[in-house]
Parts: sequence; C-alpha cells; structure tokens
Amino acid sequence: MNSLRKSFWGFAFAVPILFLALFYFYPLAGIFSISFSGAAGTTAWLRFAGSPGLWGVVGFTFWQATLSTLLTLVLGLPGAYLLSHYDFRGKTFFRALTAVPFVMPTLVVAAAFNALLGPTGWANTVLMDLFSLQTPPIAFVRTFSAILTAHVFYNLTIVLRLVGDFWGRLDPRLTQAARTLGASRWEAFLRITAPLLFPAVLAAALLVFIFDFSSFAVVLILGGPRFSTIETEIFYQATGLGDLPVAAVLSLIQLICTLVLTSIYARLSAKTARPLKQRAENRPLVRLPAPVSIRGFVHRLVIGTILLLTTLPLAALAARSIVNLSPERTRTGTLERGLTPVFYETLLESGATAGAGRAAAVSLGYAGTTVGLALLFGLPTAWVLARKKTSIYARWIDPLLMLPLGTSAVTLGLGFIVTLNRPPLDLRTSPFLVPLAHTLVAFPFVVRSMSPALASIQPRLRQAAALLGASPWQVVRMVDLPLVGRAAAVAAAFAFSISLGEFGATALVTRPEYQTIPTVIYRLLGRPGALNYGQALALSTILMLLTLIAMLVIERFRVEGGEF
Amino acid sequence: MKNFLISALVFCLLTGCKAESGPKTLTIMAHDSFKVSDEVLAAFEEDNNVNVEILLSGDAGSMVNKAVLAKGAPLADILFGIDNTLLSRALDEGLFEAYESPLLADIPDSFELDPTYGALPVDYGDVCLNYEIAYFENNGLDVPGTLEDLLRPEYRGLLTVENPATSSPGLAFLFATIGHFGEDGYLDFWQGLVANQVSVVNDWETAYYTEFSQWGGPDPLVVSYGSSPPFEVIFAETPIDSPPTAAITSDGACFRQIEFAGILTGTNNRELAEAWIDFMLSTQFQEDIPLNMFVFPVNSRAALQPEFVQYLAVPENPVVLDPADIAANREDWIRAWTETVLR
Repeated sequence: MNSLRKSFWGFAFAVPILFLALFYFYPLAGIFSISFSGAAGTTAWLRFAGSPGLWGVVGFTFWQATLSTLLTLVLGLPGAYLLSHYDFRGKTFFRALTAVPFVMPTLVVAAAFNALLGPTGWANTVLMDLFSLQTPPIAFVRTFSAILTAHVFYNLTIVLRLVGDFWGRLDPRLTQAARTLGASRWEAFLRITAPLLFPAVLAAALLVFIFDFSSFAVVLILGGPRFSTIETEIFYQATGLGDLPVAAVLSLIQLICTLVLTSIYARLSAKTARPLKQRAENRPLVRLPAPVSIRGFVHRLVIGTILLLTTLPLAALAARSIVNLSPERTRTGTLERGLTPVFYETLLESGATAGAGRAAAVSLGYAGTTVGLALLFGLPTAWVLARKKTSIYARWIDPLLMLPLGTSAVTLGLGFIVTLNRPPLDLRTSPFLVPLAHTLVAFPFVVRSMSPALASIQPRLRQAAALLGASPWQVVRMVDLPLVGRAAAVAAAFAFSISLGEFGATALVTRPEYQTIPTVIYRLLGRPGALNYGQALALSTILMLLTLIAMLVIERFRVEGGEF
Repeated sequence: MKNFLISALVFCLLTGCKAESGPKTLTIMAHDSFKVSDEVLAAFEEDNNVNVEILLSGDAGSMVNKAVLAKGAPLADILFGIDNTLLSRALDEGLFEAYESPLLADIPDSFELDPTYGALPVDYGDVCLNYEIAYFENNGLDVPGTLEDLLRPEYRGLLTVENPATSSPGLAFLFATIGHFGEDGYLDFWQGLVANQVSVVNDWETAYYTEFSQWGGPDPLVVSYGSSPPFEVIFAETPIDSPPTAAITSDGACFRQIEFAGILTGTNNRELAEAWIDFMLSTQFQEDIPLNMFVFPVNSRAALQPEFVQYLAVPENPVVLDPADIAANREDWIRAWTETVLR
C-alpha cells in the first residue's frame, strides 16, 4: 500500500521532468553552448545591445502580440459565453469548425486571405466594379492588420475551448443565489462569475499571447519583409546572415520573456483559483433569444462574426480547389472561370503524388501518437499541479512546461541535431521525433485544459474516498477521472490538431517516406504550374475536412464522456 | 517509477537500439527538394548490394548548417545539394574528401568550381525574370530586354522580387545584379527599383502565386526560374501548346545556381560513396533530374524531355560569381540590400 503510493507519486513527479530534460533542455543547452563559444559568441550580447533595430524588433513583438491577444479575447469571450450558455442549431458543427483554422498551414491560409482581400481578390474586385474605382480600395496583404487578423483567425479556438468549457461547468446556482439576494445581472457577473472565470481566461490569454509572441510564418508571409518579430529575426540572423550567436541571444530573450510571463501567470492563477462545486454534466442550456430582441440580435451577431472570420477564408480556399485556375481570357479580357475536378483527380491518380494518401495516413498516425503521449505525460503533471499547487515543485514545473511554446523552432531544431545524434538516443532518423516534438508543444495545452478542472474538484470528495479506503489510484479513477473526462477530451482535441497542422518540427524529419500532409502541401506549393498549385489547394481542403471530421468525433466523445 | 523505466526501455528498443544486419547502408544527406525516381534508385541499390538512406535536412542553407555542426561525426556519407552560393563555406570547413570521378569528362568545365574535386557539379538552374506574355500583348507594352529597362517609367509598379535574406531565388537575383552592375553600382540600381515601386515579398510561393499576374496577382514581372515556363506546360491544368509565361535571358539578367555533391569527410563507406558520386553523374541519374528536382543535368550527354528542348530558355551569359567572393561578402551584401530596399 505504502510502496504503491510512493510509486504513484514518483511516476507523477518524474515524468514531466525527465521528458523536458531529455527532449528540451538537453538539446537547447547543446545549441547554446556551441553558439556562445568562440570570439563571435562572447560579443553577441554587445552586438545585440548596440543595435537599435533589434530592440525595435523586441518592442514590435510585444506590441503585436498584446494587440492580437486583446482582439482574440474581445471576440472569443462573448463566443465562449454563448457556447456555454445556449443551444442553437448546428452548435456541434460550429464548435468543430472553429477548430479547423488552428491546423491550416500558413502558406495556404495566406493564399486564402489573398483570394478574399488581396489586390485582385473578391472583395476588391466587387468594390471596384460597384463604384467604378481604378485602384483596389482595400489594402490588406502585407499590412499590420493582416498579421492581427491572421492571429485572431488562428487562435480564437483556444479562447472558445478553454474558457467556454470552464464556463459551462460553473455551477449556475451560484449566480442564481446572487440574483435571488437582489444582485443585478451585472453585479452577479462581476462579483461571482468573473472572479471564478478569471483563471481560465488568464490561461487562455497566456497561451494565445505566447503563440502570437513567437509567431513565425504569419509574420513572414502575411506581414512581409517590413515586419519582423523575434522569431523571424532569429531566422534572418541564423540563415540569412549566418550569425548563430546573435540568433541564440534572441532565442534566450524570447525564452526569458516566456518564463517571466508564465511565472506572473502562475502566481496570479494560484491566488485566484478556488475549489468550487464542479458539475460533471453541462449546465442546462437554453435556446437563443428570439432574433428580434436586442440580446438575440447581439448573440447572433457574435456567432455570425466568428463564423465569417473562420469560414470565409476556408471557404475561399475550398472554392479555389475546384475552380479552373487557368481560365480562358475572353475577347474583352475578362476571365471566365468554371468548375473542375482535375486537381482531385490528378491527386488520386498520378504516380508522383501517390504519396498523398500515405501522407494522410502518416499525419493521422502522428496525431494519434501525439494524443496518446500528450495525455500519458500531461495527465500526471496536471494532476500533480492541481493537488500540490503550493509545493515548490508546482511553482517551478508550471512555468517550465510553457517554455517549449515560447522557444524558437529554428533554434530547437538545430539543438536536436547537435545533441540527439548518438546512440542510444539517435533520433535524427527516428519517426518518433515528430510525435515527440508535437507532444512538447501539446503538453502545456493538455496541462492548461486539465488543471483548472482538476483544481476545482472539492478536496472533500477525495478525502471522503480515501477515508472509505480507496487507494490513490482508485481515488483518481473514481473521483478525478469522471469529473475531468470532458477536459481530457478538450486536451485531446488540442493535441490532435497541433500535431495535424504542425509544419516546423515535421520539416526536421529526415525520412522521405514519413511526409505529412503539411509537408506535401509545402512541396507542391514550391513548384510552378497550375496542376501543382491546384493540387496543393485540393490537399489543403482534404486536410480541412479531415480536421473537421476528427473534431466532430471528439465532440461526440465529449458529450458522451460527460454522461457518467 | 517502474512503469516509466519500462516505457523508456520500449522507446529505446523502438528507436536507437536497432541491430544492424543485411546489406550495408549508404546515407545521403540532401536538401528538401531532393527526389529520385524509385526505379533509378533501386537500380543503384541492386547493382551495389546496398541500402540507400536519404536524410532530408531542410533547405540548402539549413543543411549546410547541420553538416558543419556535425563535422567530425558526419551525419551521412554523401552530401548533395550544396550550391555555389554556399559552396565556399563548406570547402573552408573541410567538409568534403576529394574524389576525381572519371565521369567529369562529360561535364563542361564551366560547372567545375572546386579545383580540389571535393564538391562535384550535379545539376544547374538559372534564376531569371519571368513575365506573363498576355499582359504585355494586351497592354501593347514591350517586354523589358535588360535589367536597366526595369527602371523605365512604363514598368513602374510591375515587378515583384523576393527578399534575399529569406529566399534563395531572391538571393540569386541579388547576385545577378551584383554581377551585372558591379559592387559599386548594384545599390544604385536597387534604389532605382525602389523608386519605380518594386514590391518585395519574403518567399517565392507568395511572389509567384500571389503577386504574379499569371496567377491572379497584380504584377506581370516576377523573379523566378528559367525553367518555370516549360513547367507551366508540363503541369498545365489542361494540355496547352505553349507556355503562358516566358523568361528574360539577356546577358547578366540571370544568375546560375549550380548544385554539388561531395563525399563527407570521415565516411566509413568510401568505396560505396565513390560509386554513388559516379551514379549521380551518370546519364541514368542525370536524365531523371529535371522532372524530379526541377533543375537540369550538367552531363552534356544526358537527353532532355521535348518540353525542355522547346521551351527552356538557357541564358548564354548568366552571371556566375566566384564562390569565395560570395562567401566573403554574402552577409554584407544582404545587410546593404536590406538597408537600401526595406528601411
């Protein structure tokens, strides 16, 4: 009994530490020690400090990440409210749909935004026709607003899921009691709901911020050469100028920022999280108010805005994959476009891209493995964090877990090369490298979506179970798991979508036979010719549908998981 | 704790602790664009009773970074895909062992940039301006003949180029302007382009598929490859007779990228590595190159597909810079370009 208890704690404590040490700190230390050795390395900090341009990059990185995060919250919080309080037709589909952007490769998303808002995109063409303008009225591509829009597009689902799920599990009787005691709707929200919700909002905001803060492809492709964040500057310094030491300085700065932010977060959330009565089943949902009422109208406006933002670019993309790309020019010079199945047909038949089916299988395999690994490693961690919130261990491990999210992929990639290259840990050619890297990214998501749920389990429930003779394992199985079943589904959804859409770590993979859908898409996009471009669009649409189906399956599981 | 140890053991068994058996393995480190037809590769494996493993290692720049970081304990036996813009760095680091392949006899001297035979030329490609033919026809505009023409007012706002710091054709085009205008003149030219409203993007994909008018963008001139027009025919959506785009190949308007292969210093498979180099230079492999990697054979005996014979514009006098010059100045040129064009 006693040894069982010990082994349980040992397992829960050791897993995250060992995992991080091996696959994160060891490679990172390896690349830093190489970068900072030698004459160029010792002066790197001076070169950085003396360059006003680099300070500007750091400032801009904070500025765009703050603005992007605020915008995501402004749209995401009302959305989370609606998802957790109301029932409406197509809600499951809506939830699944909002998760799709998260996995789409940036090059493809850039193409989609361009089809909508570019100089010859639909919006500009229509406006120019309507008002007989000579120049396109909307300037979107390579502007600051393009970066912000894309960040909201990508990260909205984080707020919707983390906050929406938590909100749905808040006991409505608390606010009902406040209302009965004479509080106005606003007072009840400000004094009861908002404080209870705060930890979840904070968790979502932090994740969104870190994503925006270390944003790479969005800034590079949609922002263009005039914008640079720390992450794109690392790429510029390391590959453009071959200055590894300055790149390493920048990655360290990025790391320190992430660490500081996460520590502030950990402190704030430890102060504000309260055990509260959790409900295993959803709060009773009501139908949306009638569209004629002001509230009904506003509700529909929010849902409509989210739908427009997430589906319009995706729809534009899907449309382009079935529309003739090389239209005949008529004698008046206008383009005639027609529908064509040719990209899907050639994708299926041609020998050169027979890899597409295989890539889909590999992608799904990786995603499944990532879900397994992330839950296997993430669950014990979240559990320790929730149970031993105030221990020194929890205070340290929590911020550390977030670090991989805020770490430059370029730097970490080079680190893997210089460290994990010898037996017994020769991972360069191992197909396990990819799910491991994905797990590193998914880890904080699993912990973030699980630990608020675990933390809010009444300790008395566990104590009662223990008193009745349950072993620690039994307590977990009988008390914790049923209450967090749905949070686990959310965590799985995140892990799955992170893996399915991830490109950076996948590009590290060295075996041609383990190509994933995103790497095949990038390969096709890198070639001239309508067929290649069209096939890339078709494959992106397939990725989109795969994600949608997977999310719908997880949604189903989520609903069923909540029953017991 | 036991559980974790068991899972660690399983993990180790699955990955690192594989027992070696059967035929020898030859490892080729190559950039992401490396591709060879299955039957061609199988022929080599059969002839030499060897198992070839391909190690894709990012773009050419990242690959060289990795090879240099792994110097001494090489990640592979062969490195393929280092081009003339990066060659000098690899040679300075002593990455390659010399091997004077007998097949070099079939390769024109102009491709052989390494007199020590560490790096042997395998393929080449030209980075050239591309234009949409219909745009110039419909607007009654002459196609610019030279780089200087791009500064004329009628071409204002018609050109998209890639950022040389983030894109390899972008860097090649910067080299073309340096070769053509000289180190003293190229920045003036770029200042002129900025005044004439050149647009700059970070990657070839955005330039070609978003900005280029052929694919719905606003600009009829774009920096791409000399091979792009024939590929527009080969990968047309519905069969077409002639390409909708063409390349400008006047003297000094194109930069030639040559890709090399070499035997990595410290290999344990020297003999097989030599066989692989000979194989890459043979007509069998060389003829397989264009449709897989979108570049062209250096072996003059290799035959080309009809689309290439007909539509591939090969510049008579492309810019070729001395690799040592590139290695010495590359970062400064990129910095100066960034200052002039982006700031």
